[in-house]
Amino acid sequence: MQTDLALWSAVAGMLMLLACSREERQFRPSPPASEVINSVQVSGLNPGANPVGAPAAPEYYQESAYAVSQGKTLFNEYNCSGCHANGGGGIGPPLMDNYWIYGSEPGNIFTTIIQGRPNGMPSFRNRIPEFQAWEIVAYVRSLSGLLPKDVAPSRSDQFYVKPPEQSMPYQVPTGITGKPEPPK
Amino acid sequence: MKVSALPALSSRLRSSALVVVIVLASACLSFSADSKSRASKMIFPASETNYQPRPYTGKLEPDDGQWMRPAKDYASTRYSTLNQINTETVKNLKLEFTFSTGLARGHEAAPLVVNNTMYIVTPWPNNLYALDLAQPGAPMKWVYQPMPTPASQGVACCDVVNRGASYDNGKIYYNTLDDQTVCVDAKSGKQVWKTRIGDINKGESLTMAPLVVKGKVLVGVSGGEFGIRGWLKALDANSGQVAWTAYTTGLDKDVLIGPRFKPFYAQDRGQDLGVKTWPPDAWKIGGAGAWGWVSYDPDLNLIFYGTANPGPWDSDARPGANKFSAGIFARDPDTGEAIWYYQFSPHDLFDYDAVNENILLDLPIEGRTRKVLVHPDRNGYVYVIDRTNGEVLSANPFAPITTSAGVDLKTGLLQYVEEKEPHRGKVLRGLCPSAPGAKDWQPSAFSPRTGLVYIPHNHLCMDEEDVSVNYIAGTPYVGANVVMYDAPGGHGGEFSAWDPVAGKIAWTIPDHFPVWSGALATAGDLVFYGTMDGWFHAVDARQGHDLWKFKTGSGIIGQPVTYKGPDGKQYVAILSGVGGWAGAIVAGGLDPRDKSAALGFVGAMQDLPKYTTGGGMLYVFSLP
Ligand code: HEC
Repeated sequence: MQTDLALWSAVAGMLMLLACSREERQFRPSPPASEVINSVQVSGLNPGANPVGAPAAPEYYQESAYAVSQGKTLFNEYNCSGCHANGGGGIGPPLMDNYWIYGSEPGNIFTTIIQGRPNGMPSFRNRIPEFQAWEIVAYVRSLSGLLPKDVAPSRSDQFYVKPPEQSMPYQVPTGITGKPEPPK
Repeated sequence: MKVSALPALSSRLRSSALVVVIVLASACLSFSADSKSRASKMIFPASETNYQPRPYTGKLEPDDGQWMRPAKDYASTRYSTLNQINTETVKNLKLEFTFSTGLARGHEAAPLVVNNTMYIVTPWPNNLYALDLAQPGAPMKWVYQPMPTPASQGVACCDVVNRGASYDNGKIYYNTLDDQTVCVDAKSGKQVWKTRIGDINKGESLTMAPLVVKGKVLVGVSGGEFGIRGWLKALDANSGQVAWTAYTTGLDKDVLIGPRFKPFYAQDRGQDLGVKTWPPDAWKIGGAGAWGWVSYDPDLNLIFYGTANPGPWDSDARPGANKFSAGIFARDPDTGEAIWYYQFSPHDLFDYDAVNENILLDLPIEGRTRKVLVHPDRNGYVYVIDRTNGEVLSANPFAPITTSAGVDLKTGLLQYVEEKEPHRGKVLRGLCPSAPGAKDWQPSAFSPRTGLVYIPHNHLCMDEEDVSVNYIAGTPYVGANVVMYDAPGGHGGEFSAWDPVAGKIAWTIPDHFPVWSGALATAGDLVFYGTMDGWFHAVDARQGHDLWKFKTGSGIIGQPVTYKGPDGKQYVAILSGVGGWAGAIVAGGLDPRDKSAALGFVGAMQDLPKYTTGGGMLYVFSLP
C-alpha cells in the first residue's frame, strides 16, 4: 500500500511537471513593443536579397494554455469578435484560414493589433496592455492551428458555431508569412 | 424553381414544411423539450385561392420615362408606365451595353437616368459615374471620386455597400461611407458641396440613398451594430448646411417631438420616452439609425421613414421598449417635427430594424378609401398603416414566423412568444424570421395594373445565444452569436406577389438564396428582379411565370430600373455584383467553417461561393 501510494504520487508529480510549461504563468516583461514592431515586415519582397529574420516575440504565450485561454476571453472583450466573428470573419477577414494579408508570425499579428491596418482594422495602441495583446496574438494563431494541440482551447460550453481551436488542423500560412522564404 | 402558390400546392408545401420542422426539432431534443409547441407555433402567410387583379384606383405621380429618385417616385412604387417591353416582347430582350465598376464588393444601388445621362454610385470608394446615353455604347462622361477614408470600411456592418443617389434640380446627391453627403453638378461632375455629418470613430457610416424633398436632402445614419445614437438629418440642398437633426433616442427636444406629435397608440405617448424606455444612458449608444428608405406625401406634407434596431443585440443590456427604435416616424419635412410614430418591434429582440420601404397608396379598406402606407417589416408582417395618423389597419405574415404570434390590432402591439425570447447564456433555436428579417433593405415594387406589391425577401430562421458585450466606440456593439439557415421548405429566399388589401400572397417564386435585389414593376405587366447566383429575371406580373432571364457575371443584389432612351426605346438596367450582408461570404472571402461569420449569415450561405464570384458590372437591356 505504502509503496503504491509513493509510486502514484511520483507518477502524478511527474505528470504535473510535464504539464508545467503549458500551465506556466509568466510575469517577466516581453521584449519592448518598439523592438517587435521595428522588426516586422509586411512585404515578402527584399531588394538586394536583404536577409530578414522572424521578428522578435516572446515564446511563452505561444506555449501557455493559460495565456491562450485569456487571449480567447480578451478577443471577445475587446470586440475583435464583433468584426472577425469566431474566426470566420465579417467586417474583417477570416483569422482561421491560412491566408495572411499582414503576416502570421506573432510579431506581425502583434503589430497589426497595435498599429491597426488601413482598410478598417482599428489601432488598439494605448488601449490594450502589451501582455494582453500577446495573449490575443497567441489565441489568434490558435484559430488556424498554428499552436500545439495541448495549448489551443478545446470546445467551450457556449453555443457551438464552429470546430474548436484544438481540432483545427495546422494550416501552412500563405500570403505574408513574416518569415523569409528561401528558394528550394 | 417556379412554384405558383395555388392552394393545393401551398398547403402541400406547408405540411412538408411542418414535417421538416418536427424532424429538425426532434433532432434538437437535447436542447429543448418543447419541440411540438414550437412546430405548431409557426405562422405561415396565407395564399389567395382565387386571385383577381384589382387595378389601383388611386393616383400616381406622372411618369416622364426617367428615373430620378431611388424609388422612382415619392410614393416609392418603383413602377414605370413604359410598356414597349411587355409580356409579349420580353422574349426578345437583348443586352445593349455594359459598364464595369472595377470593384468586387456588393453593388446595391439603383442607377439614375436623367437628361439622357445615367448615374451610377459604386460601393466604397463611392465613385459616381456619368454615362452618356446619347452615344453608342454609353461612354463615360465623367467620374467623380470623393475618396472616402479606407478606415470607414471597418464600421460598415454588412459590406461596404451604397444604395444609390437622388437627382434634384440639376444636382446629384449621395452619401459616402465615411459620413459625407455630397452634391455634384449633374452636367459637369464638379463637386458643389460636401458636408461631413458623422464620425466613423463613433461607429457612424452612411449607406442609404438620400431623398430630396422641398430643397432638403434627407440622410439617415447607419451603425445599429456599433452603438451609435441614430439620427435623420435634413441638409439644405443649396448650401449643404444641416437644417435639422432628428435623433431616434434622447429627450423629446432632440427627437423633435413637440405639440404636433400625436401617435395613435398609448404606448408611444409620454414625455421623453427616448430616455425613459432605456436603462440610464443606454439611449446614448442605443443604435437605431435610419439607414433605409424615405417616402414623401406632398399632399400631407409628411415624410415617412423607419428606424433601425436598438443596440446591442443582447437585449438583456437594455430593458425597456427602447423608443424610438424599430418603428416608423412621420415628420414634417420643413421642420423635422415628429407627427406620429409607431413601433413595430418594441424592445426588439432579433435585430428587426424597421427601415424597409414604405409604399404610399390609397387603398379600399373595409369599404372606404384610406391613405395608407404598405410596409413589409423585418419582423415578418406586411403592415398597412393609415399614413395620416399611424393606425395599423392590418398586419399579415409574408414569411414563416415563430418569434411572435401576431399583431394585436387594438393595441398595435406585436405579440412576442415568451419561449423565443433570447437571454444571455441560453441558446435559442428555430427563431424565424432570422436577424436580417423576413425582408431586409431590398425594396419592393407596386403595380397599379395588378394592385400587387412585389416583395423580394428572405426565407430564413436562426439559432441565437446572447452574450454580454463591452461598448468600445468605433467597434461593434452586438453581443450575440447567431447561425442562420433556410426556413422550412429548403430554400433561402422568395419573390412574392402580395395583395395588400387581402393581406395574402397571390404567387411566390422560391429561390435557393435570399432574394437580395430590389424589384421593378412596369406597365408591360412585367416584374424584374435578380438572384444571388446572377440571374436577372422578368416575370409576368399577374401569374409569376418566368418569361425571360439573363445570367449576369456575378450575383445580383442591385435595384433594377427602366427608362426611355434618347432613341425612344425602353431600356432596363441592373447592377450585378454580389455582396451585402447576405453575400459577405463571397465579397469578404469569409470562412464557412465558422457559421457565425458575418453576424451569422454565413451559416445560411455556405454554398454561395460555388455559385458566384464578385465583380461589379452594369447591364442594360432593350428590344432589338
Ligand atoms: C472594427 C472592426 C474590427 C475590429 C474591432 C477588429 N478588427 Fe481586425 N481587422 C479588421 C479589418 C477590416 C481588417 C483588414 C484590414 C486591412 O486589410 O487593411 C482586419 C485585419 C486584422 C488582422 C490581419 C489579418 C491578416 O490576414 O493579416 C488581424 C490579425 C486582426 N485584424 C486581428 C484583430 C484582433 C486581435 C482584434 C481585437 C483586438 C481585431 N482584429 C479587431 C477589422 C476589425
